[in-house]
Amino acid sequence: MLNDVTFGQYYPVKSFVHNMDARAKIVFMIAYIVAIFLAKNFFGLLAVTAFLIFVVLLSRVPFGRVLRSVKMILFLIIFTAILNLFFYSGESSYQPLVEWWIITITWESIVNMVFLALRLFLLVMGTSVLTLTTTPVALTDGIESLLTPLKWIKFPVHELALIMSIALRFIPTLMDETNRIVAAQKARGADFETGGLIKRAKAVVPILIPLLVSAFRRAEDLGDAMDARCYSGAKGRTKYKKLVFTWRDLLGLLFLGGLITGVVFLNIYLGGKFSILGYFL
Amino acid sequence: MRIVAKDLTYTYNPKSPFATQALKGADLVIEEGEFFGIIGHTGSGKSTFVQHLNALIRLTGGSLTVGDYDLSDKKCKFLELRSKVGMVFQYPEYQLFAETVEKDVMFGLKNFCKGMSEEEKQKAVREAIETVDLDYEDVKDRSPFELSGGQKRRAAIAGVIVTKPEVLILDEPAAGLDPLGKQEIMQLLHSIHGGWCKTVIIVSHDMDEIAENCTRAAVFSEGKVVMEGAPAEIFRRSDELIALGLDIPVTAKCARILKERGIEIDTDFTCDDFISKVLALYARSGGVSKADTGAARAEKADAQGGAGDAQ
Repeated sequence: MLNDVTFGQYYPVKSFVHNMDARAKIVFMIAYIVAIFLAKNFFGLLAVTAFLIFVVLLSRVPFGRVLRSVKMILFLIIFTAILNLFFYSGESSYQPLVEWWIITITWESIVNMVFLALRLFLLVMGTSVLTLTTTPVALTDGIESLLTPLKWIKFPVHELALIMSIALRFIPTLMDETNRIVAAQKARGADFETGGLIKRAKAVVPILIPLLVSAFRRAEDLGDAMDARCYSGAKGRTKYKKLVFTWRDLLGLLFLGGLITGVVFLNIYLGGKFSILGYFL
Repeated sequence: MRIVAKDLTYTYNPKSPFATQALKGADLVIEEGEFFGIIGHTGSGKSTFVQHLNALIRLTGGSLTVGDYDLSDKKCKFLELRSKVGMVFQYPEYQLFAETVEKDVMFGLKNFCKGMSEEEKQKAVREAIETVDLDYEDVKDRSPFELSGGQKRRAAIAGVIVTKPEVLILDEPAAGLDPLGKQEIMQLLHSIHGGWCKTVIIVSHDMDEIAENCTRAAVFSEGKVVMEGAPAEIFRRSDELIALGLDIPVTAKCARILKERGIEIDTDFTCDDFISKVLALYARSGGVSKADTGAARAEKADAQGGAGDAQ
C-alpha cells in the first residue's frame, strides 16, 4: 500500500553522477534550476531537457524511476496548467479562441500553459535525479558543508544537518512501522479502502496513534543512545566519509556553465516564449 | 480449517533493484487441530507465508486454500476469512491505540460483527479479556498505554481473539518477555487450543518453545519448506538444522553431547521425556532412579547447565 512512496529514494547503482561530490551536485542542482528559470523560450527549455536526458542516461537510473517522482506532483502540474490556461491574461496579438464568462483562452495562454507545465516538470525531474543519485547522508553532509559560512553568525549548521539526516534516516523505518501497523489493524478487520471521506479519515486513527507512540519511543531511545556515546554536537567532531571535490565535479560544473551560457544566448537570439507562435500562425 | 499451500511464491518490490523473492515455491499442509510451529531464519519467508494465510498479502503465485476459502479466487470473502484466521503480530502491543482497553479489544468486533448487539459485544470483550488472564473490572477503563509490558501484550492478544478465530497465528508471541511471561503466554495458547480455536500456528526462533508445545512443525529456509514433521523428527536431524544456521533445543544439545560419549537416547526432545529417559538409563546402569519431581527438576537444571558449558 505504501510501497509507492519511493519519491526520490536513493537508487543504488554505480555511475559518474553517483560518484560526484554531493556539494557539487547541490550547486549543480541550483544552477540547473536557475537555467530553467532563465530560459525565456522553448529552445532554452529544449536545451535544458536535452541536458537532463543526458544526465539521467549518465546516472544509469531508469527513466521510469525518474518519471515516477513526477507522478507525485502531477496533480499540481495539471492544476497550475488549467489555472494558467483559463486566467492568464497576457496581451494577445491574436484573436481569442474562447471567451466565456471570466474565462478567456488565447493562443498565448496555451503557450504559457505548456511552458509552465514543462518548467515544473523539468524542475521535479531534475531534483529527483539529485536524490536518486545521492545518499541522504551524503546530501546532508553536502548541505552542512555548503552552509559552513553561516557558522560565523552562530547559526547551528551542524545541528540542522543532524536533524535533517535523522529525519531522512527514519523515513523508511517509520514506513516499515506503518506497514506493520496497517497489517495488524487489517488483521483485526480494519478497512482502509472503502467508505466516504469521513469514514476513511476515521480509519486512519488506529494507525496514527500507534505510529506516534512508536515515533516518540524511538526518539527517546535515539536520544539515550546518543547520550551514551557522549554526543555533544559539532565541536571536535570528524567525518567518517569526507567529501572530495574531483575532476568529475569540475567537469560537471564546466558543463553546466556551458548550459547556462547557451540558454542566455538562446534567450538573446531567439526571442521570448511567444515568438514560437510566429512560426505556426 | 485445513490449510493447503502449494508452490507459493512471492516477491517484494517486484521490478526494482530492491526486489527480493521471499517465497520460492513453498508447499505446506496444516491440518485442523494442530499446534503448529514454524521455524526459520529472519528472511526465510516464514512471516510472508503466514501473512498469506489471512490474505494480508494477496496471493501472486501458487495456490492456497484455508478451509473453504480459496485465496486465488478474486471473489473470496477476505473480511470473513480474517475474522476466522486471527493474526497476532510480533510485539502486538504496538498496535494498541484506543483510549481504553475495552474499546481497543472491541475494535475487531466492531469491524467483523456489525450486526452484533451492544451487550453481546460487551460480553465477548469481557470473555476475551478474562481469557488472557487480565482483570476485566480493573483494566477495562484504563488506557492500554498504562499497562505493564506483559499486560499490554495480553490485551493486544485479547483484541485478536475477541472474534474467536478458528485459526490463530502468532508471530514470536513470547519475544521480549521474561521466562515467566513466556510460560504464561504458552499456557494461554494451550488453554484456548482445542476449544473454539482449533488450530494454533506459532512462528518462533525459540526451539525449546517448539519442542515443548508443538504437535508438528515446519522449517523454512530461503523461501521454501525444507523440513516438516513432528518436533521429535525434526530435532532428530539436528545436524541439518545446525547446517542451516538454526538453533536446536537444549534437550537436543544434551542428546548430542551424550551421543558423542556413545550414549544414544531415544527421546521426543521435550524436557520431561528427555529427563525420564535419562533417569531410566541412569537407573539401569546401577544408579538409583529419583522419581520425585523435585529431584527431576534439579537433574534438568544440571543438564541445561552442562549444555551451556559445552556451547
